[in-house]
Amino acid sequence: MKSGVVVFPGSNRERDMLRALDEITGTRPVPIWHAETELPDLDLVVLCGGFSYGDYLRTGAIAARGRIMPAIAKAADKGVRVLGICNGFQILCEAGLLPGVLMRNAGLKFVCKEVKLEVANADTDFTRKYKQGEVWRCPVAHGDGNYFTDAETLKRLEGENRVGLRYAEGTNPNGSLNDIAGILNERGNVFGMMPHPENMIEPLNGATDGRALFESVLEAVA
Amino acid sequence: MIPNDIRITPELVAEHGLKPDEYQRILDLIGREPTLTELGIFSAMWNEHCSYKSSKKWLRTLPTTGPRVICGPGENAGVVDIGDGQAIIFKMESHNHPSYIEPHEGAATGVGGILRDVFTMGARPIAALNALRFGEPDHPRTRHIVSGVVAGIGGYGNSFGVPTIGGEVNFDPSYNGNCLVNAFAAGLADTDKIFYSEAKGVGLPLVYLGSKTGRDGIHGATMASAEFGEDSEEKRPTVQIGDPFSEKLLLEACLELMASGAVIAIQDMGAAGLTCSAVEMGAKGGLGVELDLDKVPCREEGMTAYEMMLSESQERMLMVLDPAREKDAEAIFVKWGLDFAVVGKTTDDLRFRVSRHGDIMADLPIKELGDQAPEYDRPFVKTAKPKQLAPADVAAPNDLGEVLTKILALPDMCSRRWIWEQYDHLIQGNTAIGPGGDAAVIRVENGPKGLAFSLDVTPRYCAADPVEGGKQAVAECWRNLTAVGAEPLAVTDNLNFGNPEKPEIMGQFVGCIEGIGEACRALDFPVVSGNVSLYNETNGKGILPTPAIGAVGLLPDYEKRATIAFKAENEALIVIGETKGHLGQSIYLRDIVGKRDDASAPPPVDLDLERRNGDFVREEIRAGNLTAVHDISDGGLLVAAAEMAMAGGIGVNLKPQGDLPLHCWAFGEDQARYLVTLAEAEADAFIARAEKAGISAARIGTTGGHELTLDGSIPISLTGMKEAHEGWLPAYMAAGAEL
Repeated sequence: MKSGVVVFPGSNRERDMLRALDEITGTRPVPIWHAETELPDLDLVVLCGGFSYGDYLRTGAIAARGRIMPAIAKAADKGVRVLGICNGFQILCEAGLLPGVLMRNAGLKFVCKEVKLEVANADTDFTRKYKQGEVWRCPVAHGDGNYFTDAETLKRLEGENRVGLRYAEGTNPNGSLNDIAGILNERGNVFGMMPHPENMIEPLNGATDGRALFESVLEAVA
Repeated sequence: MIPNDIRITPELVAEHGLKPDEYQRILDLIGREPTLTELGIFSAMWNEHCSYKSSKKWLRTLPTTGPRVICGPGENAGVVDIGDGQAIIFKMESHNHPSYIEPHEGAATGVGGILRDVFTMGARPIAALNALRFGEPDHPRTRHIVSGVVAGIGGYGNSFGVPTIGGEVNFDPSYNGNCLVNAFAAGLADTDKIFYSEAKGVGLPLVYLGSKTGRDGIHGATMASAEFGEDSEEKRPTVQIGDPFSEKLLLEACLELMASGAVIAIQDMGAAGLTCSAVEMGAKGGLGVELDLDKVPCREEGMTAYEMMLSESQERMLMVLDPAREKDAEAIFVKWGLDFAVVGKTTDDLRFRVSRHGDIMADLPIKELGDQAPEYDRPFVKTAKPKQLAPADVAAPNDLGEVLTKILALPDMCSRRWIWEQYDHLIQGNTAIGPGGDAAVIRVENGPKGLAFSLDVTPRYCAADPVEGGKQAVAECWRNLTAVGAEPLAVTDNLNFGNPEKPEIMGQFVGCIEGIGEACRALDFPVVSGNVSLYNETNGKGILPTPAIGAVGLLPDYEKRATIAFKAENEALIVIGETKGHLGQSIYLRDIVGKRDDASAPPPVDLDLERRNGDFVREEIRAGNLTAVHDISDGGLLVAAAEMAMAGGIGVNLKPQGDLPLHCWAFGEDQARYLVTLAEAEADAFIARAEKAGISAARIGTTGGHELTLDGSIPISLTGMKEAHEGWLPAYMAAGAEL
C-alpha cells in the first residue's frame, strides 16, 4: 500500500504516523509538504495530529485552506482513502470533507489519557479488521475533540451508519455528541477520528489495538 | 524616547538593579560614563540571573566531569554520552518570577526556553519534565497559579510536540508569594553533530533567526534577580509571551540547517535576549561583535537600541554562518516561514559595538562584559544542626488505616493525575513509563536503549539540614532511576533560594551545595548543567531552600525495566534496606502530628549504603528477577506499599518485622530503601542472594486481595485508598471554579 502523510507547519505527530505506517504496511510512506499542489499516486492520504498553524484561529481552520487541500479533495472524489487523526480530523471538518465541527472539550482542558473505543460500524475500509461492537484501547491527546453537528446531520450520520467509532464504557473524554469518536463521509473513503491509533501499535504502548485500523485500510486497498 | 546620551543618575543605576560599587566598576572598566544602552547592557549581563555573581564561587565546587561527560556547565545544556555515537543533552531552568506574575505565559515561556537550550545544541527534544512548588492550598492565589502554570506548560509542550512525562509538585506556605516553576528538557543528538555557542572566524555573518523582536520581557532577567514587594502585579509587562508554533518551526528549521553544514556557532536568545547571546558568542570565541540594529526584524515601529538589546521576545536564535552557505540557509528559513536577517558580523577587536540609524549606541569591551562581572563571596551562617528525634517522642496514631488514607490524600502526597493528563505524555510514541512512577522512561528511537528521567528534592529536609537535604535530593533521584532499572548517568540542578544577601539564606545555599557535591562525588553522578534562582522572597520572607535535581539514567534494554505496580497475587513483598523508623521531618510528623516547623533532623543519607543497595536492586531488575520495584520516600514504607497496590489494583497483607513501634515502622522515612515483589517460589533465593551481598532484605508481606491489611487486620480497601488518593486535586481545583 502506498501511503503519504501531509505535513503542515505545526503538525507534530507526523513522525509517529510515518513509523506506524512503515511498520504495519511494510511500505515506506512519503511525507507530503503542505505547499505542494499535487499528490503523488497514493492508496491512502493521512492528515496527522498536531497544532497546524498553532491552531491560533479555530483548530484546523488555516490548514483546511492550505495549498495541498484541493488535491486532497480531488483524490477523495476519486475514491482514494483519506484518514484524518486528531488535528487531521479537525482539518477535514473545516475543509468540508466531513460534516460537523470539533469544539473545545467539555472539561475545557487538554486531555491525554487512554480511552475505550467501540466499533460502531465494522463494515468500513477503516474498521473491517475489528469485530462489530468490539471494544479496544486507544489514547487521546487533544483540547478540541468535542464533536458537534446539527440534529439533521447527526440523524443522517447515524442512519447511514457513518459513525465508525464511539467512546465506550463511560470514557468519552470530551463530551462529543452520541459519544462520537470517528465518522465517515458519505462515500465511505474519508474517515476522521480524534484518538491516536498510531500510538497503540506495539507492546511498548501497552497494547497493539490500533494496528487493526491500519490493517483494515491495507486489506481494503489490496 | 529617552536619549541614549542621557545623564546617568544614581536613581537610574538603582533602577537597573546595579549597586553603587558595581556602577563604579563599570566606570573603572570603560573610563567614562556609559550611555543608556550601555547601562542596560551591563545591567543585563551583571544581574544575578546571568552572571551567577553570588553563586559562582560555590558552583565551582561541584563535580562536573566523568567518563561519559562530553560537555559540562557553561553551554546551553549539558551533554552526556549514551554510547553508539549518541548523546543525551539536558538542562533544567527556573521561570519562577514570571510564573507568579502571569502563570500561564510565565510557565509556557519557561518550557520554551529550556526546549530551545536543548535544540540549540543540535538535539531533538524527546522529554520534558517539571518541578513545581505552589503556596498553601488555602492561599487565595494558589488555585489560580496551579491552573495557569499547568495550562501554560501543557499548552506549550503539547503544541511543540514533546512528551511531558513527569515531575513533582509541593504545596507550602513559603511559596505563597513566590511559586517555583522549574522546567527540564532533554534531547537526543549524534555525538559528532553537537553545536556550540563559541563563535569562530573573523568577519563572518551573524544571523538572526526566528520570531520578530518586540517590547516584551524588557528587563525580565533583572526582575528575576529582585525580591517581590507589593507592586509585583505591576511587573506584568516584563513577562514574555510564548508561541509554541514558532518554536516548533524554529526547531525544524534549525535541525535542517544544522544538517546542511552551514552552522558554525549558535546561541538561543534567552534571558537578556540579543545582548547576552551576542556577547557570549563573541567572548567565548575571543572575537568582537558588531550589531546593526536597523537590520533586526521588529514587531513594532520605533524601537530604540536600548529596547532591542534588552527585549526578551521568545523563539529567537543567533547564529554564525558559513558565508558560502548563506543562501541555502535563508532558503530553509523561508520554507519554514521564519525571519532571517544578517544583523552583524564577527570582528577581531574584542569590542561589542551596537549601532542604530548609523549612530554607535554602545561600544564596550566584550570579554570584560562577561568575565569581569562582579563576583561575591557573600557572608553566610551555617544552619544549626538539628536534633535527632527519638521514636518515643512521636505519638502513635489511634487508627493506622485512617492515617494512611489521610496521608494518601494530602496535597503533597496525592495523585498528580489532574496535572499530567493535561500534558501530552505519549507523543513521539516512545513513552515506556509515563507519569506516576519512580522515574519516567523513554525508548531511544528504534531501541533497545531507554533513558530514564527523574526530578526530586525534599525542601523540608533542606530547610532543617541543608547538607543532608542536598545529599538526599541527589540520592533520591539516583534511587528513582535505579528503581526502573537504569544506570544513573548525570544530573542538572536548579537551585532555588531566597535573598543571598542574608547570611542565613546564603548558609542554606552553601550547605545544600556541599551536600549535593558530596552525593554527586560519592555516586559518580556529575552535574553537567544547571541554573540558580535567588531572591525568591516576598515581603522579606524566603522560600524553603529548594535545590531541585534533575537526573538522567540509561537502560541498555528498555524492555528490562521495572514499574511500581503489583503484577500478580501471591507474590512476595520484600523491603531492601534497613527500616529504623526515622520520623524526624517526616510527612507523618508534619501533617499527622502537625509539627510543621519542627526542628528535628531529616533522615541521614548514607551514600555507600545507597550505592550498595541500589546496585543490587538494579542487577536484580536487569536479570529479570523482580516483578515490581518502588523506592521508599515521602510517607514511608506503608505509603509506598499502598502506591504499589493502587497502581496494580491488587491488595497486600503486610507483616511488620522487628520491634519498632508500628507507626515508626510504617511511616519512618529512612533512606536507601526499596520495596520489591517477586514470585513466591523465588523469594528465599532472592533473600539469600541479598544476604550474601551484605544487603538488608526482609520479607514483609504477600500480594493479593482487594485490601491492604496488617497481619490480616485493619483492612483498608483499595477502592477507598484510590478515592482518597485520586480525589484531592480534582476536588480542590473544581472548588475554585465555583468561586
